[in-house]
Amino acid sequence: MTTQEPMQPVLEPDAVPTSPATVLPTRSRTPLAPQVRRTTKRMSRNDIYMLLGAGASSLATTMLLFGRLTPLSGGLGFIVVGFGIFLATYAVLVSLTEDRPAVVDKVMSVLLASAAVVAFCALFSVIIFTLWRGRSALMHSNFYAQDLSRTGPLDPLSMGGITHAIVGTLLMTTLALIITVPLGVACSVFLNETHGKTAALVRTVVTAMTALPSILAGLFIFATWILILGFERSGLAASIAMSIMMLPIIIRSADVVLRLVPGNLREASSALGASQWRTVWHVVLPTARSGLTTAVILGVARGVGETAPVLLTAGFTSTMNLDPTKGPMVSLPLAAFELVRSPQPTQIARGFATAAVLMVLVLVLFTLARVMGGRPAGRLSKRQTRKAAERSKGDSQRIGDRRPSAAQHTPVPSTLEAST
Amino acid sequence: MLDTTTLPDLGETAAPDGGPAPRPLKARRNRGDRIFFGGVTLSGLVVLSIMVAVGLFLAIQASQALRSTGLSFLTTSEWQPDRGKFGIASVLLGTVLIALVAVSIALPISMATALFITEVAPTWLRSSLVALVDLMAAVPSVVYGLWGLFLLEGQLIPVSRWVNTFFGWLPFFKVVGADPNSPLSSASVYTASAFIAGVVVAMMVMPIQCVVMREVFSQVPVGEREGAFALGSTRWGMVRVVSIPFGRGGIIGGTMLGLGRALGETIAVLLIISPRFDINFHVLEAGGNSVSSLIALRYSEASGFGLSALMAAGLALFAVTLVVNFTASWFVARSRSGAGSEA
Repeated sequence: MTTQEPMQPVLEPDAVPTSPATVLPTRSRTPLAPQVRRTTKRMSRNDIYMLLGAGASSLATTMLLFGRLTPLSGGLGFIVVGFGIFLATYAVLVSLTEDRPAVVDKVMSVLLASAAVVAFCALFSVIIFTLWRGRSALMHSNFYAQDLSRTGPLDPLSMGGITHAIVGTLLMTTLALIITVPLGVACSVFLNETHGKTAALVRTVVTAMTALPSILAGLFIFATWILILGFERSGLAASIAMSIMMLPIIIRSADVVLRLVPGNLREASSALGASQWRTVWHVVLPTARSGLTTAVILGVARGVGETAPVLLTAGFTSTMNLDPTKGPMVSLPLAAFELVRSPQPTQIARGFATAAVLMVLVLVLFTLARVMGGRPAGRLSKRQTRKAAERSKGDSQRIGDRRPSAAQHTPVPSTLEAST
Repeated sequence: MLDTTTLPDLGETAAPDGGPAPRPLKARRNRGDRIFFGGVTLSGLVVLSIMVAVGLFLAIQASQALRSTGLSFLTTSEWQPDRGKFGIASVLLGTVLIALVAVSIALPISMATALFITEVAPTWLRSSLVALVDLMAAVPSVVYGLWGLFLLEGQLIPVSRWVNTFFGWLPFFKVVGADPNSPLSSASVYTASAFIAGVVVAMMVMPIQCVVMREVFSQVPVGEREGAFALGSTRWGMVRVVSIPFGRGGIIGGTMLGLGRALGETIAVLLIISPRFDINFHVLEAGGNSVSSLIALRYSEASGFGLSALMAAGLALFAVTLVVNFTASWFVARSRSGAGSEA
């Protein structure tokens, strides 16, 4: 009612109607009901009760359906039927108090959340299953300290291990890094610092090469390096194949990182008179350091886990081989792949344990990448900030030491006076 | 007089033909710069030549096999290069079937996960969910392969059986040799199928798609988002009319990127599938093939000509993934999220 009142101005009976004036609405005598603050929280207590109720009801109904009322069976079927009943019950519960769009909203939210739960459950099941199946081999310390040269498929798990594969992976990855890091970073600098037709062409070709199936990188090296040039299968051949696969990945992500370096930093450096290579070396690359590290680590994580190129180029061995140029060498994924193809349960357990070691290695690399790449370009870590502060302190001291002598050599005010 | 700034007198010293000659903007590079540019250009050219060499070499090697078979390479389904009868009809079909199964399973899950992370999940949970998705992309494919072979296959055979029993009348889900009415029928007709391989590959494809989609959904302009809320929309309503149309390019692009990855997957497929060389549309039926697992199986026993045939198959696969990837990046670049829009 109060909002209606200004429409008909309340005038005093004996007031002369002059010009239209602003009239304040009269307040109603009765006090308004105290306003309830609306919750902006995403989940109210009522929502949680509804979810719990729908869950309990669906669980009970499904248990009743399975085995009692209908001849349904199976774990996966139980989950699917239970989920369907849960959704229906939840929709009915929500529709008791809400209108249709709200019901759709709630049901869709539950659907989205459950898809995410399915995805993450699958991930955890992969991790836990691998660790679980490999646990019997992972328990033995000899697994990390011996190779398989004197261990047959029937030998117990207290003999033999995968040192040769660990060493092989480390050697191959190091070699691949020696090839890809300088080449990849230099190439991404090339893509970012020159803007000609060549750079555009290189960028297109590199983008195309990210589509190269990894087995083709292996097949290429197998056909050229091993069949045509006549080298034997070796760790070196495998690391070249890995490099061909990793290069496009590293270049692409380093290119993106370098493009994120703020332009005003480059311009400031140029304005201070630095030449372009000094700008790149002292400004662009240090600024993008954490991003570049991430790019390399992600490339390595991809390369370490890749089996197909190594399968074609490295050969398979069960003995330790420290020379990447001669003789077959085995990597962790390849060892896992070959071991699980054996029918012996001990070999399968070794295969799973190898996969678990590989997975842990990749997880460590990945965590490193997250820790280093968590910061945007130019933001320094605590240690870097401290170092920069020390450097700048040193600089100011150096300048302070030189100032008296510098003042003697260039008496600035006097020259100014002389010129005018 | 000391503290006034005097401007240089430009009027009198200007060139007689109407103004000062334009300053050359091209800087002369000093020696350090020339060495530096020489170096990076060299590395760019080295990368270019390596990549072109891979492509050219594959093409040249493959041409020997392609010349001998001609167009029948695309239609033959056998693989006996030493007898001169080989073609990629069945392997390419198998590859595409596995990839399609993978993408059709991964697409709803990855899109829902991406939407969950950007729209539904509480803020404190978001960064860890993002890290988990990235982690999923980093798990080596051989680990997924082992998981699929030893855990998933047993779980999926009842699913295959169920689908075949109730949807077996669809040509896609038919299984030759399976009798849905007999409860004692062997499960072996359902093992090592394109469906099971596809589910495992879906696990690898899902995070790739999810990363791209999440990136796009997180760029939805706040103004449009809040506009939808201000007009009284629910959260799902906002997602339906704002987020999904905005991210359409990213959804399509991410899906295709995942498809490209699924087409090239080797080890997981090699572990799971049992190879067969006939045209087989039945995804639930035992056996299948893919180009990359064919290469991994046959490279060692191949003669020179057989290797050339394998390269031709690899080249065909590369051509397909190349088209798929370029289409994907075209879609991503063309989407609205690529261009800056008001926040």
